[in-house]
Amino acid sequence: MWTEIGTINDIPKLGARVVQSGRGDIAVFRTADDEIFAMFDSCPHKGGALSQGIVHGKAVACPLHNWNIDLVSGDVKGPDNGCARTVPVSVNGDVIRLQMPDVKATGTDG
Amino acid sequence: MKKKLIVIGNGMAGMRTVEEILKRDTDKYDITVFGAEPRENYNRIMLSPVLSGEKSFEDIIINSREWYADNNITLHAGDAVTSIDTDTKTVTSENGYTHSYDKLLLATGSKPFIIPVPGKDLDGVVTFRDLDDVNLMLEAAKKGGSAVVIGGGLLGLEAAVGLKANGMDVTVVHLMDTLMERQLDEAAGYLLVSELESRGLKVLTSANTKAILGEGKVEALELDDGTVINAGLVVMAVGIKPNTALAQDAGLEIGRGVKIDDQMKTSNPDIFAVGECVEHRGMTYGLVAPLYEMGKVLAEHLVSSDVVAYEGSVTSTKLKVTGVDVFSAGDFSGGDGAEDIVFRDATRGVYKRVVIRDNKIEGAVLYGDAADGAWYFQMMKDGTDVSDLRETIVFGQAYAGGGGGDPLAAVAALADDAEICGCNGISKGDIVSAITEHGLTSLDEVKAVTKASASCGGCSGLVEQLLAVTLGDEYEVQTVKPMCGCTMHSHDDVRHLITAKGMKSMPEVMQELEWSTPNGCASCRPALNYYLLCAWPTEYKDDNQSRFINERIHANIQKDGTFSVVPRMWGGMTSADELRAIADVVDKYEIPAVKVTGGQRLDLFGVEKKDLPGVWADLNAAGMVSGHAYGKSLRTVKTCAGQQWCRFGTQDSIDMGIKLEKMTWGSWTPHKFKMAVSGCPRNCAEATIKDFGVVAVESGYALSVGGNGGIEVRVTDDLCIVETEQEVLEYAGAYMQLYREEARYLERTAPWVERVGLDHIKANLVENPGMRKTLYERFIVSQEALQEDPWSERATGEKDSHEFTPLKIVA
Repeated sequence: MWTEIGTINDIPKLGARVVQSGRGDIAVFRTADDEIFAMFDSCPHKGGALSQGIVHGKAVACPLHNWNIDLVSGDVKGPDNGCARTVPVSVNGDVIRLQMPDVKATGTDG
Repeated sequence: MKKKLIVIGNGMAGMRTVEEILKRDTDKYDITVFGAEPRENYNRIMLSPVLSGEKSFEDIIINSREWYADNNITLHAGDAVTSIDTDTKTVTSENGYTHSYDKLLLATGSKPFIIPVPGKDLDGVVTFRDLDDVNLMLEAAKKGGSAVVIGGGLLGLEAAVGLKANGMDVTVVHLMDTLMERQLDEAAGYLLVSELESRGLKVLTSANTKAILGEGKVEALELDDGTVINAGLVVMAVGIKPNTALAQDAGLEIGRGVKIDDQMKTSNPDIFAVGECVEHRGMTYGLVAPLYEMGKVLAEHLVSSDVVAYEGSVTSTKLKVTGVDVFSAGDFSGGDGAEDIVFRDATRGVYKRVVIRDNKIEGAVLYGDAADGAWYFQMMKDGTDVSDLRETIVFGQAYAGGGGGDPLAAVAALADDAEICGCNGISKGDIVSAITEHGLTSLDEVKAVTKASASCGGCSGLVEQLLAVTLGDEYEVQTVKPMCGCTMHSHDDVRHLITAKGMKSMPEVMQELEWSTPNGCASCRPALNYYLLCAWPTEYKDDNQSRFINERIHANIQKDGTFSVVPRMWGGMTSADELRAIADVVDKYEIPAVKVTGGQRLDLFGVEKKDLPGVWADLNAAGMVSGHAYGKSLRTVKTCAGQQWCRFGTQDSIDMGIKLEKMTWGSWTPHKFKMAVSGCPRNCAEATIKDFGVVAVESGYALSVGGNGGIEVRVTDDLCIVETEQEVLEYAGAYMQLYREEARYLERTAPWVERVGLDHIKANLVENPGMRKTLYERFIVSQEALQEDPWSERATGEKDSHEFTPLKIVA
C-alpha cells in the first residue's frame, strides 16, 4: 500500500525524518541531490536510530557506532556485515510516498 | 692535507655545489661557508608558500645546523665576506675574520632590482628576496590595509597572492601588457588575470610607476598617467641583477655577471662561481634548475680531474600559486616556420599551446592543466621528432599512447633519462636506481637520498608513482595521513589551506581541494565544519547536517535512542530553585534516571526526543541553560569549596571557576575540553588531570595544561604561576584558542600537547605576552558569536522543530 508521507522540503538536505508506523519507525532520507530513500530506523548492528546519523553521498553513518549503511540497498558498507530493511519510495513532484510493508520489522533481514 | 675551500654564499647554488662535492668525496676539502643571512640554508623558491601561510620557515630549511656539523663544515651565518685578496688568497668578513683558501667559490646570488623612482627609500618599500623580506611583509599585512606589488612576473604574482592570503587589499602594477610576458603568451596571460581578479586582486598592465609617495613612510603609488593608488606597503619585484660587487673589487672579469667558463672558473684560476651571480656564454639565470646543473659540473671538476662542461640550460617555469596551474618552456614567440597547436577548454579554463618548428617542440605554454609540462619539456630538450605525434600532441601524453589514462602506466613508459624533478635535475633513472640500490620505500627517503621533490615539491606525485612502479604492490602511496578517504590532504594541510586560500564554505573546500566524494563523509564533514567555524568565527554559518546528532540537537543520544539532558551548573554550584525545577521536570516528563556526573552537575537520563523542547523550556524558565555535555566544546569547570568555606583554602576557587566557565561556555573545540580550579595544593578538584588546571597557591594560581583522566591517564604539565584572576582568564582563553587553532579535529589536549611539545605552548603563552593577548582576543571575538543558549532557541520551536516531530504517523 502506497502512503503519502510528506514533501521533499519537509526533510533537510543531507538529513532525515521519521515516519512512525505500527510496524516500527521508518527513517526517510534526503541526499544532496534530493534523492529520497527510506528504511526501518534501526541499524543492523545494535539497533541505533539511523535517522539520527550523518547523511553523506548515498549513505548514512549510524550515530551509535558509526557503521555506514548504503541508502539504496540497506547493506552495511565496509568491513562490517548486515543489512537494514529498506522501504520502497516513490516521489511524484514534491510528494513522497512509501510502500508500507505488511510485516513488522525485525531490524535485520540479512 | 685537505685543501681549503671557502664558499661565499650560503644559498641554494653554493650549498648544492657543496653537497655535490661531498657526494663525490668527503675528504678532499676542508669547507668553510660564509652567509650574509643569519640562518641556515633554506629553499628560497619556497618563500612564496611561507608568505601565503601554506608553509612555515622550518618546512623550507634544506640543511640544518646539525648537517653542517655532521659534515665538518664551518658555517659563518650572518657574517658577510667584505673583501677577497687574490694575492694572499684570503677573504675577510664583516666580523673581521680573515681566512685563507686554496679554492674559492663565489655563490653570492643576485640582488633585487630597485627601480630608480622618487620615494624608493621610504619606509614600507620592500623587495621579495629573503626571509627578512617575507617577515617585513607579514608584519605589514598584520596591520591590514592596501599593498601594491610592482612587477607582474613570477615573483611579483607570488608576492601578491601571498599578501592577499594575509588579508591585504592588493594591486599588481605591471609595466608590460601581459603578465609574466617572458613565460606566457597573451591568451594565457588573460586567463591568469581573470583568475587573479576572481581572487580579489587588482591587476594593472601597461602601467609605469612614476613615484612612490609618502612622508617618511609609504602612503601611495603614482603612475605615469596620473593614477594614484593608496598603499601602506609597496613590494618591488621587477627583476634581479647578479650580485657582483665582491668579485669586481677582487678584480675578476665582470660582464652582466661574474664571467665564467664551462668549468665555472672565473678569470682567476682558483676562484669559481655558480648560480645567479654568474654570466655564462652571455646568459644569466634566475631559476633553480640551472644552478644545480652548474653545481654538478663544478663538483666534478673540483673533485676529479675529469673535464665535464656546462653548456648552458634550457629552462622551464611553473608559477607557485596554489590552484593556478601554469607551465611554460622554450620559445613561443612563433614567427616564420613555426607551427602553433592550440587547445582551449573555456569551461575548465584550460589553454595549451605547443609551438613546433621543423618537427621539434620549440616551446610550450600550458594554463589550467599543466600535467603534461614535463613531457613536452623533455621532448623539447631532447629535440625529439614529434611528426608522428603531431595530430594528438596537444591532448598530452596519456592520449599520445602508452599512457591510456593510467598515471602509473604513463610513468612506467617514461625513458630513464626523463627528467622528473626539474628543480634538482633528477631523472627517472636516478630515482629508480636509488630506490633499488638503497632499498627506499617512502617519498621522504627518496627525497633524502636523491633530492627529488625536495625543492618545490611539484613532482612528489611523480616520485610516488615511480615508487609504486618500482616496488609494485609493496608500496602504499601515503605521504601524509589523509583526513579521510575523501581526500589526500592531511588535517593540517586542510586547515592551512582554509585560511591561506580564504575558503569560507564546505562546498568551496571540497571543490578547491578536489574531494573525491560529492559531499564528504561522516568523518570529514564534522571536521571541516569545525575548521571553518574556527577560522571564520563571525562569518561562517554552522552546518547542522555536518554535526553529529548530539551536537545537532544539543543532547546526548543513548543506546536506546533516548537522550540525556545536562543543565549547566556554574562552577558546580546550584540552588534550591534549580533543584526544585529539575525535580519538577523529572516528574512531569517521567524521566527514569537522574545521576550526579563527574563534572559536578546532574544528568537526566532517558528523555524521549520529542520531549526535549519541553524539558529545555522548563529548565530555561528556572534560569538554567545547556551544559554542552554533548559537545566537542567546553564541558565543565570543576571546583572545590575553596577559601569561602574550606579551612585550608588559599583562594576563592568557586568564584574563579565560575568566572572561567562564564568566559568559556559555548565555545567549540577540536574535542571536549574540561577545566578545574582547586583552592589549595591539596587539589580536591583534581585539576591536574584536566585539559586546563588551576591550583591556588599562596602567591596566586599555578596553571597547568594537557591533563586527561580517560583511557590513558595523563597528569598536566606545569605552565606557569600567575597572580591575579584576570591573568588566569587570559591564559585560559589564549590556551583554548591555541588549541582550537592548532589541534586536529578529535584530538584531545593531552595528545596535542605531547605532539607539539610543552615548549611550543610556553613559547606562545608564557614567553610571548603579545601572542598571548592576541590569542585571548581572538578567543573573545569568537565567543561573542557563540555564547547563545542553544536550548532556548529550540525550546520555543523557532529552530529545528523538524528534529523533534515525526514526519508523519501512520497506522
